[in-house]
Amino acid sequence: MDAASTQSRRLTHLGTRGLDVIRYIGGMALLLQETARAAAGVLASRPHRASAAAHLARQVVRLGIRSVGIVALVQFFVGVILALQMAPPLEPFGYVSMVANIIGVAVFRELGPLISAIVLCGFAGASIAAELGAMVVGEEVEALEAHAISPVRFLILPRLAGTVIAMICLCVVADLAGCLGGYLSSLLVIGPAAHLGYWARIAEQLTVGDFLTGLIKAGVFGLILGLLACFEGLRVRGGAEGVGRATTMTVVYTIISLVLVDCLFTVLFFVCKL
Amino acid sequence: MIDKADSLLDAPVAPAAAAEAPPPAIAVVDLVSVLDGRPVLDGVSFDVPRGKTLVIMGPSGCGKTTLLRHLIGSMRPTRGRVELLGHNLGELAERDLEAVRRRFGILFQSGALFNSMTVAENVALPLREHTRLDAATIDVIVKMKLELVNLRAAANRMPAEISGGMKKRAGLARAIALDPEVLFYDEPSAGLDPVTSAEIDQLIIDLTDKLGVTSVVVTHEMDSAFRVADTMVMLDEGKVLRTGARQEFQLLRDGPPTGDRASDLIRQFLTGSSHGPITDRRLSGGYADDILMAAGRAGRPLWTGWR
Ligand SMILES: Nc1ncnc2c1ncn2[C@@H]1O[C@H](COP(=O)(O)OP(=O)(O)O)[C@@H](O)[C@H]1O
Ligand SMILES: [Mg+2]
Repeated sequence: MDAASTQSRRLTHLGTRGLDVIRYIGGMALLLQETARAAAGVLASRPHRASAAAHLARQVVRLGIRSVGIVALVQFFVGVILALQMAPPLEPFGYVSMVANIIGVAVFRELGPLISAIVLCGFAGASIAAELGAMVVGEEVEALEAHAISPVRFLILPRLAGTVIAMICLCVVADLAGCLGGYLSSLLVIGPAAHLGYWARIAEQLTVGDFLTGLIKAGVFGLILGLLACFEGLRVRGGAEGVGRATTMTVVYTIISLVLVDCLFTVLFFVCKL
Repeated sequence: MIDKADSLLDAPVAPAAAAEAPPPAIAVVDLVSVLDGRPVLDGVSFDVPRGKTLVIMGPSGCGKTTLLRHLIGSMRPTRGRVELLGHNLGELAERDLEAVRRRFGILFQSGALFNSMTVAENVALPLREHTRLDAATIDVIVKMKLELVNLRAAANRMPAEISGGMKKRAGLARAIALDPEVLFYDEPSAGLDPVTSAEIDQLIIDLTDKLGVTSVVVTHEMDSAFRVADTMVMLDEGKVLRTGARQEFQLLRDGPPTGDRASDLIRQFLTGSSHGPITDRRLSGGYADDILMAAGRAGRPLWTGWR
């Protein structure tokens, strides 16, 4: 009797949590839909287009430029580490030269987008959530609405488009930095077998598909991290404490979703042989 | 008892006015707003005739800001309706609501300036968004509006660099940028020094007298309330305790206690006395339990639930 009621309570709890998750995702989907509608509206009206382009440029600079250095640095060292970790197991088979191929695939298809997204989430995601949260607390978002200026068009659209574009650009930088890291450790540590013809082997290994799947992933990651940050920011209630919570939650939720979505992508690409 | 007060005051005003006068700028009919399962507004009704100023008063947390949010259409009523400039806000599509929103301005409790823009850019924003005026014309209008609130010197400062009173005046300049027909003020003089507060009151009066603007002012400052009001509404726990002309409230304030609970509650509020029905209620256990329950339901610590 007692055990049964405990169990049913647990089930109820689980059900409530499940509903919360569904509601959360639904809320984000609605925000995305509204943003898409706002984007269509902006594209259709000439005066809005000009001011939106200026807003977008400002966001891309603000979100992207600050992260370029860190993304390049992190990805460079990931390249260094990866090359050094892969060389010993390849050695006995006489395949040390394959370090280049491995770096190429790993960086372009996987690590470039993922690591750029995690860095950008720390920089841009947290900052967007904090900024929007502070705007909600300061009645700024309400003020926009009261002035008949859509907060989605004015605040969310440039930030979301900004994170997508910044992610795609950062991903290209990250790809190059990662390969460069691999090259330098081949040159300085591993030896001629690895570094002679390094770039040629990368070029030979990689297809346009590898490059494009990386960029598609980067764009989707940018969308996810931007959407989560905007959603958390807009949800803020109850002052400064709420703003702090929103930034933390943005980073946590983004990293979880990035890895989940990355896994989905990888399975999809694997099955479709992309 | 409250029923009696209602019928006493509503009877002479409502039916007679409805028959002859032009439609009011704002009509609130039996507005109910349930938030987090609690009725924050519970059957609120009143009218504001065109060109008049209504003052809304009431203890903190009685629902004044929530009422303003309904008046500007940023919250939808659970029940009842809000009519602004002849439109039922609850039934408007988003696009039509935007059209109505261009015809009113609002000054938020904190000023609510956009922190990433200068004061002048804040005032210019509604003009840039909603008119086809060129930059030079907008510049001139912005200077005029800032002059009106005595803030031209601060035009190029950022909101973080100016005082609270200046923020409110800048917010007011932004609210009147599009020459609205209706203006809403949420506690315009709270936290200001008496002189600045009197200046803002004078501005409210000038806008009404010279431009025929209809105003709704939420305020705690009784001097300010009696300076600007044509009619007044006293809210308590989400209900209208009484509506009436300024003179009626003045009589109530200056007269002796009546023994009628509603009247005495209003009287305590108007005179700012520490003895009366408001404090009695706070001290009784039921009220404290109520607050704790409400805070518990809202799922957050008590001290964050208050705005
Ligand atoms: N969005 C909301 N959700 C839940 N409760 C709210 C919300 N907004 C206000 N409240 C509650 O409604 C009551 C009235 O708030 P408010 O209108 O801000 O009061 P006032 O402006 O008169 O001080 C408060 O108890 C507050 O906690
Ligand atoms: Mg308030």
